Amino acid sequence: MSRYLRPAARLAASARIATSAPRTLPRLTTSASFALSQRRSFADVKGTKDYTVRDALNEAMAEELEQNEKVFILGEEVAQYNGAYKVTKGLLDRFGDKRVIDTPITESGFCGLAVGAALSGLAPICEFMTFNFAMQAIDQVVNSAAKTLYMSGGIQPCNITFRGPNGFASGVGAQHSQDYSAWYGSIPGLKVVSPWSAEDAKGLLKAAIRDPNPVVFLENELMYGVSFPMSEAAQKDDFVVPFGKAKIERQGKDLTLVSLSRTVGQCMVAAESLKKKYGVEAEVINLRSVKPLDVESIIKSVKKTGRLISVESGFPFAGMGAEILATTMEYGFDYLDAPAQRITGAEVPTPYAQGLEQLSFPTEQIIEDYAAKLLRV
Amino acid sequence: MFSRALRVPRATTPLVRARVAITRPSTVAALRSVTTNAASSHADKAAVPDADDQPFQVILSDESFETYELDPPSYTLDVTKKELKDMYSNMVVTRQMEMAADRLYKEKKIRGFCHLSTGQEAVAVGIEHALTKEDDVITAYRCHGFALMRGASVRSIIGELLGRREGIAYGKGGSMHMFTKGFYGGNGIVGAQVPVGAGLAFAHKYMGRKNASVILYGDGASNQGQVFEAFNMAKLWGLPALFGCENNKYGMGTAAARSSALTDYYKRGQYIPGLKVNGMDVLAVKAAVKYGKEWTIAENGPLVLEYVTYRYGGHSMSDPGTTYRTREEIQRMRSTNDPIAGLKQKILDWGVCNEEELKTLDKEARKHVTEEVAAAEAMAFPENKPEILFEDVYVRGSEPQFLRGRTPDENFYFSS
Repeated sequence: MSRYLRPAARLAASARIATSAPRTLPRLTTSASFALSQRRSFADVKGTKDYTVRDALNEAMAEELEQNEKVFILGEEVAQYNGAYKVTKGLLDRFGDKRVIDTPITESGFCGLAVGAALSGLAPICEFMTFNFAMQAIDQVVNSAAKTLYMSGGIQPCNITFRGPNGFASGVGAQHSQDYSAWYGSIPGLKVVSPWSAEDAKGLLKAAIRDPNPVVFLENELMYGVSFPMSEAAQKDDFVVPFGKAKIERQGKDLTLVSLSRTVGQCMVAAESLKKKYGVEAEVINLRSVKPLDVESIIKSVKKTGRLISVESGFPFAGMGAEILATTMEYGFDYLDAPAQRITGAEVPTPYAQGLEQLSFPTEQIIEDYAAKLLRV
Repeated sequence: MFSRALRVPRATTPLVRARVAITRPSTVAALRSVTTNAASSHADKAAVPDADDQPFQVILSDESFETYELDPPSYTLDVTKKELKDMYSNMVVTRQMEMAADRLYKEKKIRGFCHLSTGQEAVAVGIEHALTKEDDVITAYRCHGFALMRGASVRSIIGELLGRREGIAYGKGGSMHMFTKGFYGGNGIVGAQVPVGAGLAFAHKYMGRKNASVILYGDGASNQGQVFEAFNMAKLWGLPALFGCENNKYGMGTAAARSSALTDYYKRGQYIPGLKVNGMDVLAVKAAVKYGKEWTIAENGPLVLEYVTYRYGGHSMSDPGTTYRTREEIQRMRSTNDPIAGLKQKILDWGVCNEEELKTLDKEARKHVTEEVAAAEAMAFPENKPEILFEDVYVRGSEPQFLRGRTPDENFYFSS
């Protein structure tokens, strides 16, 4: 059991919200307390070290800046301010203003400029303060970056990484609380990844920077300050996490929970609760990669469990959940013992008031209850 | 107010501007417009050398340029007979190619959108003669001439228009999306190429290369917000970017004055010096871009150029081009300001070569284009198979395991 639970337990062992991210959600505290109870089993794994997701991202960029002079980072407040969320902290001091570049607040312009630099052979990391603002620049991401290779008949690649926080934060209202996984995931030519843990964050970001295609890297503001143990291998500068491979974060035989980004952690908590209360074992799949989607892992799991719930925090209509369910139906219908279900954000512009906001997004309790309902336990 | 603006005949525009000039004396200079005379430069016939590759001096018309916060370029330009003949041939081939595209489109062999640059040849040709292959060019969808000048063959361009496998983009791009070394498209989204072009300039500076990026957009695109975003960053970071508005007087069917609060496009960089140039005179274009390149790679930052030109045809093949302008206007430009006829006249005046030789050049160009078009028409279409449909969505070797077809049965699995 300990092996299956390792990532969650480690998350728990050190779960905390960084001081620079003051907006704590009650449900994160839940996951932290769960994890703390598991702490003893994993405290002595050799060579592991606690990393916040923020530190993991920072290290990934520092290593890639170090290794390839064509890599540079540009975005609003990435240099002197040290990053709006401190993800690029210290990079200006270390690499100078040629490689770490503050831009004016002109998403469309600097995103287009980064795309041009990528077409010319550089490997930019284009940071959006949040992906909400990237809507100003989505034409450049979709039309200039994603399609150029195909339109040129394969002669003009575009090695660029678009990154920044995605999805809802806490109390920031409708315009700053949107999940773009499904938006970017629908575009051929883009690769889209979304990390949950610190290892995900580091390995996927390094892979994104090295990947010769345009990659959209969707972070989560609420995860920046969360600590995870990082294995010795992951601490090295050659660590990458391959795209298109999901990670089974928790093994189970009764139900498959497919999730990405922050909701993976919620699924882990719900899964543990389901075991305690009902004795059922839920398998939790951390997708890591939105595009390409690891269909194989999902179907393999469904073969074993016969039941699937997708959990994500985007809007429901034509969202990640819709894609996962459709895919499951297409490739795994015969293995399903019950209709696959989805838990998503509610179909409302995100409200400001805390109680209403909580009604808009998946919680551990909702996941647990809905799973219990599906399992008829 | 809008409806009135719609009805104001073009001839009254100078009056409106004159009134502005009275209230704001500082804009008097704006009244003097660059000429669009394609044959306004001079050379001393006696000074033209016999040898093909020996330079001699041409004096450009003093109405070739207008500047904004910038010393004008030199009004003299060193050329050789060979170069003049090259320029002439280049323009003739470009026009012949566009005319071939026009014919093929009308024969329904070319699909979708097709934007021709007939009348605007001097811009693409003049720019190319001022650059090296290490410099970059990026433009919008009216890109055939630029692709040709950057080194693409006529057959690869026509082949692309015909959707053939040996087209410049292997039949994947079409009329609006052509790429070759130093040429980055071919962008179908009006204005989107401008920040991308600033990025090309950024890369030159980042890598320490002494090269410039020539970024073209139309008078229509010049009002896009991202154009100004690109101006701002280019100036801020001193990028070697030569922004250039190809002002052909109409953004699709909307006359410049009906879309732009300030039609002096070379002044629209505000804090960026500007240079307006006679875009019908290939020599003036070359002189301006040569000067601009030297200026910008000397770390003086970007420039905003305006090439005053004219498109004879409609916006695209589906536009007859006559609802928003008069046939007389088109006829006048064609007959008195044509860039090819203008250069031809100069070549004859200066005794660069005689009429016979020019006719030979014309014939060669026509023959070349005819052969190339025939070669393009003989090219095979891409085979309609998944290996070709799904290739190059991602860089080879970095593809996902599979891409989905219309049904799961049609999924394409990459072997690697």
